[in-house]
Amino acid sequence: MSKFTRRDMLKTTVGAAVAGPALLAAARSWAQEMKFTPEPGAKLRMLRWKRFVQSEEDAFLALIDAYTQATGVEIRIDSLGFEDLRPKAAVAASVGTGPDIIWNIHADAFLYPDALVDVSDVCNYLGEKYGGWYPIAEEYGIKDGKWIGVPFVMSGNFINYRVSWVQDAGYDGIPDNTTDFLDLMKKLKANGRPGGFALGNASGDGNAWAHWILWSHGGSVIDKDENVVINSPETIASLEYVRELADTFIEGAASWLDGNNNKAFLASDISVTNNGISIYAAALREGMTDISDDMDHAFYPVGPVGKPTEFHVAFPMLTYKHSDFPEAAKSLITWMMEADQYNQFLQGAVGYLTQPLRAFEDHPVWTEDPKRAVFQKASERSLSFAYPGKLGRAATEVFADFVVVNMVAEAATGRKTPQEAAEDAQRRAERYYVL
Amino acid sequence: MAVIGESPGRMPRVTLGARLHNNNNFLGLLFMIPAGIMLLVFLAYPLGLGVWLGLTDVKIGRPGKFIGLGNFRWLAQDSLFWLSVFNTLLYTVVASVIKFGLGLWLALILNKHMPFKAMIRAIVLLPFIVPTVLSAMAFWWIYDAQDSIISFLLIQLGLIDSNIDFLGKANNARASVIAANIWRGIPFVAITLLAGLQTISPTLYEAATIDGATRMQMFRKITFPLLTPIIAVVMTFSVLFTFSDFQLIWVMTRGGPFNATHLMATLAYQRAIVGGSLGEGSAIAVAMIPFLLSAILFSYFGLQRRKWQQGGTDD
Repeated sequence: MSKFTRRDMLKTTVGAAVAGPALLAAARSWAQEMKFTPEPGAKLRMLRWKRFVQSEEDAFLALIDAYTQATGVEIRIDSLGFEDLRPKAAVAASVGTGPDIIWNIHADAFLYPDALVDVSDVCNYLGEKYGGWYPIAEEYGIKDGKWIGVPFVMSGNFINYRVSWVQDAGYDGIPDNTTDFLDLMKKLKANGRPGGFALGNASGDGNAWAHWILWSHGGSVIDKDENVVINSPETIASLEYVRELADTFIEGAASWLDGNNNKAFLASDISVTNNGISIYAAALREGMTDISDDMDHAFYPVGPVGKPTEFHVAFPMLTYKHSDFPEAAKSLITWMMEADQYNQFLQGAVGYLTQPLRAFEDHPVWTEDPKRAVFQKASERSLSFAYPGKLGRAATEVFADFVVVNMVAEAATGRKTPQEAAEDAQRRAERYYVL
Repeated sequence: MAVIGESPGRMPRVTLGARLHNNNNFLGLLFMIPAGIMLLVFLAYPLGLGVWLGLTDVKIGRPGKFIGLGNFRWLAQDSLFWLSVFNTLLYTVVASVIKFGLGLWLALILNKHMPFKAMIRAIVLLPFIVPTVLSAMAFWWIYDAQDSIISFLLIQLGLIDSNIDFLGKANNARASVIAANIWRGIPFVAITLLAGLQTISPTLYEAATIDGATRMQMFRKITFPLLTPIIAVVMTFSVLFTFSDFQLIWVMTRGGPFNATHLMATLAYQRAIVGGSLGEGSAIAVAMIPFLLSAILFSYFGLQRRKWQQGGTDD
C-alpha cells in the first residue's frame, strides 16, 4: 500500500472542486461572448473568508476552475478566517499591493473607497439582468453614486427554536410581535426550557439580536443626519424590554460568544436563540434527528415600530485598483453571478448564504427544505448597522467596539439601569461621530 | 594585545585597511553589525513605528497626520480605556504573585529526590508547551456556562445546585481568566527556578545543618538569597508576558462580559485592527510601555543589583 502523503491530500481536495464537463462546456460558450474581456495574460489572486460549509466552497471552486479553463485566466484562491481577513484587506488597500479581489465582510469598502475599482458597470449590468438589487445590497455597494463593491451574498441570522417546546408553551411558532414573544419566552422558562441570546462580545449573533431589539423599539445609534441619538426614550424602552427578556434566558448567556448558543441548542439546553443556519446544518450533519426534526427557523418578531428590523451580514466582492487586471476581475465576478453559475453556488451554500439579486429568490434551495425558507428573505429584510444613517467609517468603528452589544448586555444583566446604559452608549458612540 | 601599525611613522607601508583589520575595537564593531541590523529592523523599527502611529490619527485605509498627544488625551477621557488599564494591572499583579508562589513551591518540590523525577519535570512543562490558543480553547470549555466540567462535578458531589457562571459575571470572569493564565505560566517559573536551585552548592546546606539551622532558616538564609538573581529575571519575564497577554482573553471572552476582562492588548487590537483606528490602537499599545519599563527597572534596581552580588554585604 502506498503512503498517503500531504501532496496526495492536496490533490484530492483540489480534485473535489474540478469543473465537470457540462460546466466546462457552458463556460466555453459563455467565454465567447462575455461582457468584460480579461486582459491578455491575466492572472488573479483572490482572498476570501473561510467557508462555513464545504459544499459551498466546492461549488465556488468548481466555478472558478471552469472559468480558468474557458478563459485561460489563472486564479489563485486563498482563504482566511474573516477576523483575519479584514485587516489583510485593509493593509492591501493602504499599501497598494496584494490580492486583486477580496471577498470581504461588512462595510469595509467604505473605509478605503479610493483603493477600489469602480464596478458600476458590473453591478448595473447584473442588476438589470437579474431583477434588480435589494436595497440593502445597494446600501453596502454604492458610495456617492458609484458602486465600490459587488454585493455577492448576505448571510442570514434568524430565530432558531424547538418546535415542540414552543407548542408546549401554547404557541404555534415564534410570534410575529415582541409582546407575544416575551410571553412565549416567559412560558418556556417556566417550563424549564429557557431560551438564550449571546450577551458577550459575540460579533455575529450578539450584534444581530442586539441591533434587532434596539431598532424594533425605534432606537438607533444615529439618525439620518449622522447625529448620535442612541440615548433616547425609544432605546430605553428597548432596554427595559431586554431587561425582562433576559430574565427568561438560561444562566450564563452573559458570557456567550458566537459558538456558545450553537452548543447549548445542540445539547437541548435552550429552546430559542438566534443564529445562522449552522445549528440546523450541524444537527443534520451529525445525524441528531431529535433536534433537526424538532427545530425550525423564524423571522425576528416585529416590535412597536411595526416593521421588520433585522440585521444580516453582507459579504461583498471588492476589486482593488492596484490590480493589473481589473477587467479580468470584473469578468470573473460577472461569470460567478450569471444565473447558471450563481444557481449552482447557492445550491452549494445550502441556505447559509442568500442572494443579493431578486431574480434568485425563487431558487429551489429555499423550497426543497422548508426549514430554510426564512433565510431566503435575509437580503430583503436586512438593515445595515448604520441604520437609518449611511454606512461609513464611524459606523464601522462603533460597530467594532460593540457599543450596542455592550449596552444591551449591561441592561440585560442589571449592571446598569437602561438609562445609564443608554447614556454610556451615547458617550461611546459620540467619540467616533463627533470627530 | 599590541596592535601593529600603532606608530605609522616606523611602518609607513601598513595601509589603513590592514590597520583596521588588526584593530580589535573595529573588528568587534564589525561583527556586531549583523546583530545590530537585525535589532534595528525587527525590533527598533516596529517599536518606533508603533510609537509614531500612536502620535497620528491614521486609520485603516486612510493616511493620518501628526496629532501629537491627541490620542492620549482622547484615551484619558475614555472609560473603557481606564477599565482596561485596571483589568490589566489586576490581571498582572494577581497572576504574577500567585505564579511566583506556586512556581517556587513546585520548584522546591521538584528539587527533592523522588522517583520518576525526569518524567515529572517533563510533565510539569506541558502547560507551557501546549500552544496558548489550544489551552485557551480547553479553558473555554472548562468554563462553559452550561457544560462546564467543574460545575458538573461539583453538582454531582452535591456541593452546589446550579452551574457556576464562570465567564458571565465580571469578577468571576476576571478570576477565571487569571486562573487560566496562572496554569499556563507556572511551568516557566517553576522550571527556571528549579534550574536556579540546582546551582546552589549542597555544601552550604551541609554547613547549615552542622550549625543546627532549621529548614526554614536554611530557606531564608541560603536558598532565597542565592535564588534572588534568577527570581528577578524570571519574574520580570513573567510580568512582561502576563501584562501583554492577548490570546487567552481573545479566545475565551473577547474582553467580555461588559469588557470586564478587556486588557490593554485586547483593546488595542479591537480598536486598531477590528475597528480600523490604527493610531488610537497604537496609542493604547504605547501606553503599555511605561508599565513594562517600570517592571523591568524595578527588577533591575530592586533585585539584581544587590551588593552581595558584587562581593559586598547585603546590609
